[in-house]
Amino acid sequence: MNQESRLKSILEKGIFAVTAECGPPRGADPDAVLKKAGMLREKADSVNVTDNQTAIVRMSSLAACAILKQAGVDPVLQMVVRDRNRIALQSDILGASSLGIRNVLCLSGDHQSFGNQPKALGVFDLDSMQFLQAVRAMRDSGLILGGEALTKPPRLFIGAAANPFADPMDFRVTRLAKKISAGAEFIQTQCIYNMDRFRKWLQLARNRGLTERVYILGGVTPLKSAAMARYMKDRVAGMDVPQTIIKRMEGVPKERQREEGIRICVETIAELRELAGVKGVHVMAIEWEEAVGEILDRAGLLPRPSLD
Amino acid sequence: MITAEQKPIEEIRHMIMPYKKILLLGCGSCVAECAAGGEKETAMLASALRMAAKMNREDTLIQEKNLDRQCVRDFIVQLDGIIHLYDAVLSLGCGAGVQAVAEIFPEVPVIPALNTEFLGQTKDQGLWLENCLGCGDCVLYYFGGVCPLARCSKQLMNGPCGGSRDGRCEVDPETPCAWQLIIENLTRTGGLERLESVFPPKDWSRKQGRGPRKIVREDQQR
Repeated sequence: MNQESRLKSILEKGIFAVTAECGPPRGADPDAVLKKAGMLREKADSVNVTDNQTAIVRMSSLAACAILKQAGVDPVLQMVVRDRNRIALQSDILGASSLGIRNVLCLSGDHQSFGNQPKALGVFDLDSMQFLQAVRAMRDSGLILGGEALTKPPRLFIGAAANPFADPMDFRVTRLAKKISAGAEFIQTQCIYNMDRFRKWLQLARNRGLTERVYILGGVTPLKSAAMARYMKDRVAGMDVPQTIIKRMEGVPKERQREEGIRICVETIAELRELAGVKGVHVMAIEWEEAVGEILDRAGLLPRPSLD
Repeated sequence: MITAEQKPIEEIRHMIMPYKKILLLGCGSCVAECAAGGEKETAMLASALRMAAKMNREDTLIQEKNLDRQCVRDFIVQLDGIIHLYDAVLSLGCGAGVQAVAEIFPEVPVIPALNTEFLGQTKDQGLWLENCLGCGDCVLYYFGGVCPLARCSKQLMNGPCGGSRDGRCEVDPETPCAWQLIIENLTRTGGLERLESVFPPKDWSRKQGRGPRKIVREDQQR
């Protein structure tokens, strides 16, 4: 079993990194995870596993990561602070490292009111920033919150999310800087459809020297249809889908909209590769993992380099 | 103040069903300010219950009384000699009032007529907003007078989250984003640089560390 983070090694070598996303099943079905592992294994350097995304109950991200790891995939464990207090979060960090998981992405999580458990208590004992800081101290100083020492620190490559499209715009880069000071080593961004705004955000980050301190992976999600584009614009929190993208999806007949979505995605990746300060791409093909290979192939990012 | 709203009448009727003589007990403090349990609301609930009893041919006696404060012993003892004439008390006090009355008169069942909601302000006529968690360790100074724990849906102390859009909260577009307000206030009054460093985790032991909290003030004791 490979004991290092493949994502970290790729980024440190200066190779444009590729991460993908695997949503665990809504059931106790390891085969569903293995099937997605099969689709993503040779395509992405590492695969994020979402943590009850949109507040819908699914197989735990920790368990799904362990399954991916056994299947030869380098998993990125997504952890949200919505469902666990600091005792459980720190405990799962130790568990993840013990299972050979080498990447973690510290998140707030979608609010519980959006999912299928709207009556749940939202924990939010720590926020994502404080959680990052805690994980970093566990790894680097071997200390948990409150200062007690661990018998063995976890080995993790630590990441966070950033949304360049949310408000207030000026504070977005300050918040990125805070995440880096808190301990983030890599950043995966919200899905990029509004390239102009992304460029502005990146410019502000470059001006503050932040792109030298953290690996930024631009997030992309292929659109399946014009309806999906409209839904994401209107209904998904924090998403910025410009009218030009919606028009473009609407401009082709239904049966060719998937192809158009893939084409937009490939173009976005090509643009991202040209931007100074972007070190990789994070492909979130929501329940469309089979498209990832084609997108990356057409983007010229396959085959993935061997690290041996 | 503590805010509350009246429970649905059917739920109230279900709870008082076993009793024949019921005292409706209003409270003149917070719940009067939020128009849930003051003298006026107590009278209205009493007449609604009398009417419902009449329509259902129930032989129930419903009478009213109001206390200035239902959560303070000195006021509750005014019920001495009265409360025992009833099978039950239907309290229009907050949860603290209901329990305080029940503790002083343990032989009479005290039933809540209200759902106690939150610590908040009267923003406008008919509009009350939550703005305090009662966390035991006020941080308003650091956040431009806007509490991120009570007013950010995700309780972020290092916000805003990625769902802040046009100054509104992603959870409910009717709600202003607390972090937008914090940033605006600190920009206007100075202190924005406070938000550059990571605010450390909250010490929740001040809220729930040793179970229910108490305040002991020897200088106030007799």
